[in-house]
Amino acid sequence: MAANPSKTMIIKNGYLFDPLNAIDGEVLDIFIRGGRVVPSLSGSEAREATVIDARGRTVMPGGVDAHSHVAGTKVNAGRLMRPEDHYKSVLKRTKITHSGSGYTVPSVYKQGYDYAAMGYTTVFEAAMPPLEARHTHEEMRATPILDMGAYMVFGNNWFIMRYLKEGDIERAAAYVAWMMRTHKAYGIKCVNPAGVENWGWAKNVKGLDEPNIHFEVTSREIIRGLAEVNELLGLPMSLHLHANNLGHPGNWEIARDSLMITSSLEPDSKMELEWAETKESARRRQTIYLAHAQFNSYGGSSWRDFCSGAPDLAKYINQTENVVIDSGSIPFGPATTMTGDGPAQHDLYMLTGQKWSNCDVEMECGSGILSLVYLKGSAVHATMWAIGLEVLLLIDDPWKTIMTTDHPNGGMFSQYPQLIAWLMSRKARDDTAKECHKWAYERSSLGGVDREMSLYDIAILTRANSARTIGMAHRKGHLGVGADGDVTVYDIDPKDLNVNDPSYIISRFSRPDLTIKDGQIVARKGEIVYVPEGRRYYCQPYMDEEVEKEMMRDVRDWFKYYTVGFANYPVPDKYLKNPVPIPVNVPMEAVAKEVGRWQR
Amino acid sequence: MAEIKLVPRGRIGITVEAEVIRPDLLAGKTEDEIGRLIVWQGPRELPLSQFFEVELQGPAREETRIIIEGDVSRVKRIGQGMKSGVIEIRGAAGMYTGAEMAGGKILVQGDAGSWSGMEMRGGLLQIAGNAADHVGSAYRGNWRGMTGGQILIGGDARSQLGGGLAGGSITVEGNVENFCAIRQSGGLILIKGNAVRGLGAEMNGGTVVLSGAVESFTPGFIPQGVESDPRIGELQLEGRFARFSGDYAAGKNPKGVLYCRMDREGEE
Repeated sequence: MAANPSKTMIIKNGYLFDPLNAIDGEVLDIFIRGGRVVPSLSGSEAREATVIDARGRTVMPGGVDAHSHVAGTKVNAGRLMRPEDHYKSVLKRTKITHSGSGYTVPSVYKQGYDYAAMGYTTVFEAAMPPLEARHTHEEMRATPILDMGAYMVFGNNWFIMRYLKEGDIERAAAYVAWMMRTHKAYGIKCVNPAGVENWGWAKNVKGLDEPNIHFEVTSREIIRGLAEVNELLGLPMSLHLHANNLGHPGNWEIARDSLMITSSLEPDSKMELEWAETKESARRRQTIYLAHAQFNSYGGSSWRDFCSGAPDLAKYINQTENVVIDSGSIPFGPATTMTGDGPAQHDLYMLTGQKWSNCDVEMECGSGILSLVYLKGSAVHATMWAIGLEVLLLIDDPWKTIMTTDHPNGGMFSQYPQLIAWLMSRKARDDTAKECHKWAYERSSLGGVDREMSLYDIAILTRANSARTIGMAHRKGHLGVGADGDVTVYDIDPKDLNVNDPSYIISRFSRPDLTIKDGQIVARKGEIVYVPEGRRYYCQPYMDEEVEKEMMRDVRDWFKYYTVGFANYPVPDKYLKNPVPIPVNVPMEAVAKEVGRWQR
Repeated sequence: MAEIKLVPRGRIGITVEAEVIRPDLLAGKTEDEIGRLIVWQGPRELPLSQFFEVELQGPAREETRIIIEGDVSRVKRIGQGMKSGVIEIRGAAGMYTGAEMAGGKILVQGDAGSWSGMEMRGGLLQIAGNAADHVGSAYRGNWRGMTGGQILIGGDARSQLGGGLAGGSITVEGNVENFCAIRQSGGLILIKGNAVRGLGAEMNGGTVVLSGAVESFTPGFIPQGVESDPRIGELQLEGRFARFSGDYAAGKNPKGVLYCRMDREGEE
């Protein structure tokens, strides 16, 4: 049982870092009632409340991870093909927690506990193939504590490619809307557009304007089309792109050119829900959100002249307002790469000779997995480490960046505190560079970067901007009135913080004093003390019924190519615990639009 | 340090996981303290004294010595990770005996279970009887197994002996079964008896010496001539050996070396 069933709480005297409310380390009290932030408590409520004295400590909204691979078929395949990843990393059960195992790819229970113990309360799964949506929801249902949602993979979907070839954005939007409702998906993910379809014929695409096999649609058309669909439906988050040529030397150019494709679009979230109060705008500014920029910021033309392309990519992003990136940084050590980008995984296998697996998901997408260790002594890995920090440090506006490891691709989410240490301290970076292959500083600009991030910046990169970018800032990523009572209290006195002591920063960010979710303490100094069930967010976009009817005729016509029956395709409601559907583009708005069109 | 005698209290049902039985961990502890150490049996944590009588005896020695009087084939992980001292098992030992050990000695008078000496880094594991599967091998999924130390097997070993061997040596007086030395990348395996099949499969380094016959030879090995009384590091072999390199099925330029004795007794 929770120690605090009324979910009423006062967190007093802490130094608050709440960027969406422009609060930069002021000493402020936070009041929570019924699990939500309120302006104040009445006398009787205050007497009943759990009072936390956070004097001399750092208080932030609960952490929000916008891109992590934590649920679904490929994650589980990553567990299955790596028994050696599990036998030395075991978690003993307690009276309230399950046992678990896994180092780079922990079991679902361990994932939930580890995130919560690190101060994160919200995590979004970065790639859910439609056919694997049931499995993804099963794993999310079994994940304790965390609020979650999943982005659905559309970039090589047969229906999407067909509609975009025909130039039929409306039908494409109707298809996406139906798919998101059917599979309880939160956002649109696009992985190596046009390329993964070609991988079915052992090929890939190299450029944005190369038509793929059979569908003869280009990556540019898919990115532009899905982004238009995204804004037509008014989804909470923008298109989330895993760009082409990922992992190849010289790929920063295609990343930049991909980001340019949506520059003429306007971000337009049309969510029908109540917004918690914020001082800054809680609405996303971007029309494209680039995934794991580190893997797409490479210069050079081969592994011999490999170098960072991050300065060039950052230069473009600094000039535009429509882009957000997450970093996919490399903290070194074991990792398990897993993506929907089958050909990229095959290339990685050819390069490393490590064990791998690949999968073709029928008419929808693909995926691949490979086990890997990132070594400081490796020239390429050391350069990747530098690039993973450059993409965060060279983009001037922190509101364009999110800190991730693309867990478990670049490293594990449990290594975020190590990334924070590097971002906050030039000395920490220099010290690591000394242990690295000389390419780390020779082949990147990191050695010349003096920027040291503040706790305010870190709060932007780890909660405020991740929540805003994915359209969750209506309740997450800040502590304005009406926001979820998710709070992290770190044992860090900002007035007395020596950023040049990385081990201090790592230990304090790894094991916060308190992780509070919905006004209840879930973890205390890394120990899980209460295990609530999280919520599952998904979108319910509305689309014109006539268009949807025509679209459904196409779906039924091609469904004969699937190996599953139509009735078994959707994710039933029972797969979700605490579902929170977000209505988008609801009928009234749609009707008004129709009327407006008729009047013109 | 005293000699620590552990006497099994009788037949054990569900296997017990007793990685606490290692000399460097028991050193300096009283009988009571040793008896209170926790072992796992299925999902339950129980004191070691539930399964063993503990006696401290003998004069002080430089190294801690654990004597296990009797059959512990249903006790797993004895000596796992040990760095020093001696364990003498006067009977059969269970699975994972001496797994990941880095130093010291384990002497097993009977047979030893599967995964004994798994991913060993140093020390000596001597098995007087037979060894089961995966002895001196890598854990499932790992590609690098044992990296140092020595395993001596008096009897036969079953399948996947020395899988992923990267360093150290394994000697078998008897026979081995399938896929001995699979994915070996270093170190030495000496088999005085016969092998069944898959010997050295996917090998890319290290040396295997087979004195007996192999039932089905691994196809990715290429003959490199015949050598008389070859010397492998400090090991002087006697007799005529055919030398092979491989496994070409797994790589373009493999560095694995396989010696097969040609002048075997009873054959030409």
